[in-house]
Amino acid sequence: MKLKKAWLTAMAVATVWGAAGSAAQAAEQYIGLPSYRVGSYAAGGTGVFGGWIDYMKLINERDGGVNGVKLVWQECETEYNNARGVECYERLKQHGEQQNVLFAPVSTGITFAVFERVAQDKIPLLSIGIGRSDTADGRVFPWVFPMIATYWSQASAIVGYLGQREGGMDKLKGKKIAVLYLDFAPGKEPFPVLDRLAQKWGFTTEKIAVAMPGNEQQAQWLQIRQMRPDYVILLTYGVSNPTALKTAARTGFPADRIVGWWWAGAEEDVVPAGEAAKGFVAGAFDPAGTDFPVIQDIQKYVYAKGQGDMQDPKRVGSVYYNRGVGHGIIYVEALRLAQEKFGKGKPVTGEQMRWALENLKLDEKRLEAIGAKGLMPTLALSCADHEGSGRVRFQQWDGEKWVPVSDWIEPDRELVRSLVEESAAAYAKEKGITPRDCSKEQ
Amino acid sequence: MQFFLEVFIGGLLAGMLYALVALGFVLIFKASGVLNFAQGAMVFFAALTFVGFSDRLARWFGASPDASPVFWAALALTAAAMVLLAWVVERFMLRKLVNQPAITLFMATIGLSYLIEGVAQGTWGAAVHGLDLGIADEPVMWLLERYNLMISKFDLSAAVVAGVLVAVLALFFQYTKVGRALRAVADDHQAALSVGIPLQRIWVIVWAVAGFVAIVAGLVWGARNGVQFALTYTALKALPVLILGGLTSVPGAIVGGLIIGASEKLAEVYLGPYVGGGIDSWFPYVLALVFLLIRPEGLFGEKHIDRV
Repeated sequence: MKLKKAWLTAMAVATVWGAAGSAAQAAEQYIGLPSYRVGSYAAGGTGVFGGWIDYMKLINERDGGVNGVKLVWQECETEYNNARGVECYERLKQHGEQQNVLFAPVSTGITFAVFERVAQDKIPLLSIGIGRSDTADGRVFPWVFPMIATYWSQASAIVGYLGQREGGMDKLKGKKIAVLYLDFAPGKEPFPVLDRLAQKWGFTTEKIAVAMPGNEQQAQWLQIRQMRPDYVILLTYGVSNPTALKTAARTGFPADRIVGWWWAGAEEDVVPAGEAAKGFVAGAFDPAGTDFPVIQDIQKYVYAKGQGDMQDPKRVGSVYYNRGVGHGIIYVEALRLAQEKFGKGKPVTGEQMRWALENLKLDEKRLEAIGAKGLMPTLALSCADHEGSGRVRFQQWDGEKWVPVSDWIEPDRELVRSLVEESAAAYAKEKGITPRDCSKEQ
Repeated sequence: MQFFLEVFIGGLLAGMLYALVALGFVLIFKASGVLNFAQGAMVFFAALTFVGFSDRLARWFGASPDASPVFWAALALTAAAMVLLAWVVERFMLRKLVNQPAITLFMATIGLSYLIEGVAQGTWGAAVHGLDLGIADEPVMWLLERYNLMISKFDLSAAVVAGVLVAVLALFFQYTKVGRALRAVADDHQAALSVGIPLQRIWVIVWAVAGFVAIVAGLVWGARNGVQFALTYTALKALPVLILGGLTSVPGAIVGGLIIGASEKLAEVYLGPYVGGGIDSWFPYVLALVFLLIRPEGLFGEKHIDRV
C-alpha cells in the first residue's frame, strides 16, 4: 500500500513538473538571427546584431519578457555571404517545436536569396533599409517588410536634403551631381528615383562605378575632379567608404559636399578616414547617441550587470548599434501587438507576426514610452504599405561624432509610391501573382 | 595632357602599393615554390595586430596610441608575432608537406588564410580602426601650384618605402648566404636538404621575412583605407602584378606593379565610360592574361626548361 502511495506521489510530482516544464518552455518566443560577426562586414554585423540582442536582453531583464514570454534566440553566422545566408535560413527555420517568426539578414544579397522561400514557409522577411524597394507593395509581396525606408525613399530624401541646403528644390535646377556607386545591386537600386527627380527638378547626374571592394578609387575621383560637380552622392559600403573620403580629400573635393546613404554613415565608415571625413554628411534612420532613454536603460540593466553583447562597450550608441536596437524595437512591438490579437502570454507564429507587422503603428507617444523618440521615425504600416515611413535624417561627422543637421526628411511620396506600384505590378505579371485585395483584409 | 599625367602618375604610385603586397608572394614562392594564398590574410593579421598592440600599450601606459615609443614597441611586438606565425606555419603545416606537389601546398595555404583571418578577428575583434602614420594624405603643394598636378604625399612616401624594401630584398637574395640558401630550397627541396641546407630554418626565415613585408604593406594600406578585414583583398590587386612581373623576381614585382597600376587607372578613365565603368577590378587580369600568352613566365620570371 505504502509502495503504491509512493508510486502515485512520484507520478503526480512528475506530471506537475512536466506540465510546469512544458509551460515554461511554451512561455518562450524564439527568433533565429542570421548574424555576421566575422568577415568583411563584421563591424556592421556585430553592431546591428549586438544592439538587437541587447534590446531583447533588456526586455527580458527589465520587463520579464513580453507579457511574461521570455525572448530566446539562436544565431547563425552568414559572413554576409548569400549561400551561407540561405543555409542559415534553413537552419534557423525550426527550433524545437517553434518556427522562426522573423528573418532579418541585414543583407540585400541574402534578402534576394530567400525572397521566395519565406512565402512558402510563412516567415516574414524584415529588410530594414535594404532589399528591393518595390517590396514595399504588400499586395504583391505579403511576406516582405522593407520597413522604415527603402533605397528609393532614401534617394528621394537625399535629393530633398540637397534641396533644403540650397534653399529650395527649385534651386537644384542646373546643378551637377556626381553619383559614385559601388558596382553591386544595392548601389544601383536608387537610380530610377534619381533619374526621375533629375528630370523633375532640372539637375543632371553623372554616375561613376567603383568596382568591388572599392579599396582603390583614384581614377574615379580624378574623373570627379575634372567634372567639377556641385555635390557627390556616395552609394558605397564597407572599405569603399573611407577610401572614397580619403581619395576625395587627396583630389581636393570638399567633404561637406559629399552626401552618403546610410550604408556610408556609420562611425566605422569615417573613423578610418581621419581628418578627411570631417564635414561629411550621411543619411540615417537611426541616429547615433546614448542620450535616448532606451540606450540608457540598456546600459543600466544589461551592461551594468556585465551581460552586454558588445565586445567593446564604447560602441553602444553608435549608428550600427542603434540600428540594431531599432530592429529589436520593431520585433518586440510587433510581438506585443500579435499577442494582444492572438493571446497574451503565448508565443506567436510566423503568420501572426506578419499580421502584427502589417498593423504596426509606432507614433511619437509610443516611441516616447519605449524611450526611443528620435531614435527612429514614426511608423504606420498597412496591408498595402510595408515601408511605413520613408523618412530619413541627415547627420554630419565633426571628427569625433555624428551631429544631426536635419530633421526627418520626407521622400517624394507620390513619385516613390508610383515607382513601387509600377515595379511590383510588373513583378506580379511576370510571376503570375494576383495582388491581394487589401480592402477585404483585416 | 595635365589630366592624363595626373591619372598616369597616380596609377604608378598605386602600382607601387600593389607591388608591396606582391613582394610577400614573391618571397615565399622564391624560397619554397608555394603560391601563398594566405598573403592577404597575413597583411590583415599584421595590421590588426599592430593596431591591437598600440591600443593596449597606450591604455596600459596612459600614452597616446600615436606616441613614438608606443609605435616602436607595437611594431616590435607585431614583428615577434609574425615570427611566431612563421614558426607555427613551418612546424604544423610545411614540415608535413615536404616534397609534396605544389598544388597540395597551395591548397594548404588556402586553409591557412581562413585560419589567420579567424585568429586575427577572434583575438583583436571585428572593429574597424583608423591608423595614422604621421604622413599627410594631401597633394604635394609645389606640384599643384607649378603644374596643377595632384600627387599625394602619402602615395609618394609609400612608393619610396616600397622601392627601398625591394632594393634591400634584392641584395639579400643575391649577396647573402641565407639568400642563396633560399634560392637553392626553391629549386629543389630534397637537393637542398642533401647538401646540408636546413630546410626548416630556411622556411621559418622566409615566412618571417614575408611577415615583415606584410607588416609594411598592412601599415601602408591600413593608413590609407583603415585597418579592417578588407585588407585581405589587397591580395587581389597583387595577383596580376605577379603574373606580369614573374613569380620569382623581386624587381619584377615593382615593374609589374607599375604597369598594372598605370594601365588600370588609364583604362578606367579612358575605356571605362564606354563599358559602364568599374573596370579597374578586372582589367589588370585581362592584361595579365595577354602577357601570359606572350611570356608565360612573366617579364622577369625564370624560364622553365624541361628535358624531353
